[in-house]
Amino acid sequence: MTTYLLRRLAILLLTLLAASLVVFIVLQVLPGDPAALMLGTGAREDTLAALRARLGLDAPLPLRYLRWAGGMLLGDFGVSYTYGVPVADLIRQRVAVSLPLAAMAIVLSTAIAIPTGVWAASRRGRASDAAAMGVAQIGVALPNFWLGILLVLAFAVKLPWFPASGFPGWAAGPRPALAALILPAIALALPQAAILARVTRAAVLETLGEDFVRTARAKGLTQRAALWRHAVPNALIPVVTLLGLQFSFLLAGTVIIENVFTLPGLGRLVFQAITQRDLIVVQDLVVLLACSVIMVNFAVDLAAAWLDPRLRASAT
Amino acid sequence: MSAWRSAGLLTGAAITALMVAVALVALVWTPYPPTAIDIPHKLAGLSAAHPLGTDPLGRDVLSMLMAGAHASLSVALIAVVVGAGLGVPLGALAAARGGWMDDALMRAADLAFAFPALLTAVMITALAGPGAANAMLAIGIFNIPVFARVTRGSARGLWQRDFVLAARTSGRGDIAITVLHILPNIAAVLLVQATIQFALAIVAEAGLSYVGLGTQPPQPSWGRMLNDAQTYIFRAPLLAVFPGAAITLSVLGLNLLGDGLQDLLDPRVRRQR
Repeated sequence: MTTYLLRRLAILLLTLLAASLVVFIVLQVLPGDPAALMLGTGAREDTLAALRARLGLDAPLPLRYLRWAGGMLLGDFGVSYTYGVPVADLIRQRVAVSLPLAAMAIVLSTAIAIPTGVWAASRRGRASDAAAMGVAQIGVALPNFWLGILLVLAFAVKLPWFPASGFPGWAAGPRPALAALILPAIALALPQAAILARVTRAAVLETLGEDFVRTARAKGLTQRAALWRHAVPNALIPVVTLLGLQFSFLLAGTVIIENVFTLPGLGRLVFQAITQRDLIVVQDLVVLLACSVIMVNFAVDLAAAWLDPRLRASAT
Repeated sequence: MSAWRSAGLLTGAAITALMVAVALVALVWTPYPPTAIDIPHKLAGLSAAHPLGTDPLGRDVLSMLMAGAHASLSVALIAVVVGAGLGVPLGALAAARGGWMDDALMRAADLAFAFPALLTAVMITALAGPGAANAMLAIGIFNIPVFARVTRGSARGLWQRDFVLAARTSGRGDIAITVLHILPNIAAVLLVQATIQFALAIVAEAGLSYVGLGTQPPQPSWGRMLNDAQTYIFRAPLLAVFPGAAITLSVLGLNLLGDGLQDLLDPRVRRQR
């Protein structure tokens, strides 16, 4: 297990390094002169020179990369050009919205999908199974931002139960803040839950046919006990792996959903930064989001290996 | 194959055919020009003249939906062609060569997975400004590792099979074996994957257009229409319903088609999702 862990850790570090290099090359090397990209074509030469000096663009590329990447490791994300404040502060404020939203969506989708998937598998072929999977088929096809708009229509316009948009901030207390996050979290969770429920059902059906489940039944366990004690735990491996893969979709979904509900999260920040050509903010956010996908998938791989020792030997 | 499944396949094929037909018709005919502004008739309800009403600028919603189908399907098609065009050869190469080449290509695929289409689109837009080409490129790039992985995964097993060994003994090279023996045998898997990626690409294109990173106005697109509709959600809620229903219906059709094809072509294939 230690060798496996060390090898995975080395791959993780190399992938993170490569991701940061990709972002640096795309946003700092490809534009030629990032200062000109930020100021637009009409910029005066002395303004450009001043910005170049401020951003440290005169230094050679490897040094610029090391300053940026090294700074990020130490928590120094640079200074936003438009806001004039440290990017780390901007991100800290916005994470307080995006992270709870993403967490609520994951908890909600798992809480809906796993029981539904197991339940449908246990009633395979019956009308209730077909109905649940029919609903899931439609859920998979629902774009989360449209679902968000529909939820606004139903529960903010027709029935004024929740705010249609905006975020009161956590300072106003947890109740109004959570109320503002519920509709966006549901919009993110339901399409994910539909995919997850289908995979859970398929995985449970597969394990139900395995010998160890038949043995459990043969030694006198009820169908229900065999299902929950033997089939479900073994079916969780593909489900956990899928959760990891869904994270990148969830991230993209969160960014878009924040725009549907005008929530002041990382997603809003990235679009404001693009409009204002605040290159440093874009660069920091993109690398941060990409690295979070890499780390979540690393964690998921470890979890899968912990759940299934066979994977440890074969995983590369 | 059960009757239930084949009903799904037929429904999926019918919906997909309908969408393609609408997109093609929109090329030559829409009830009104989709970008024609007609302020006196703005926000009109459903009527014989405007079956789905008009938007805040008086544009005919049905015409915009039809033109949007064309925009959406062409972005998705190009994104899938880019993804398969680069991903399939790379995956086939990884499977044929194995060893360090395989390792390097698969690690590169892992890396690419860390950049969802949205992040790539954000970078391209920061670099070159917004446009429909960004969306195609961003979704296409995201599709490359997907096709590379599926191709490599299905091709690797085939390289151990007797008919490939026979071809090799008779003096065929890697490229000839890949083209003549490997690709025809994994075509079904790739077709199913293409259907899934096509559906994902439609959602991604709509999402990117919704946040302004995709198709630009006045060019109609489903995502853009949803964004416009949100401003008028209190006055004209139906405007927010039609474009989303169009996206959902297209994706549902493609998913049903993909599921059906998969069962039809190879019941043993595991879903790659």
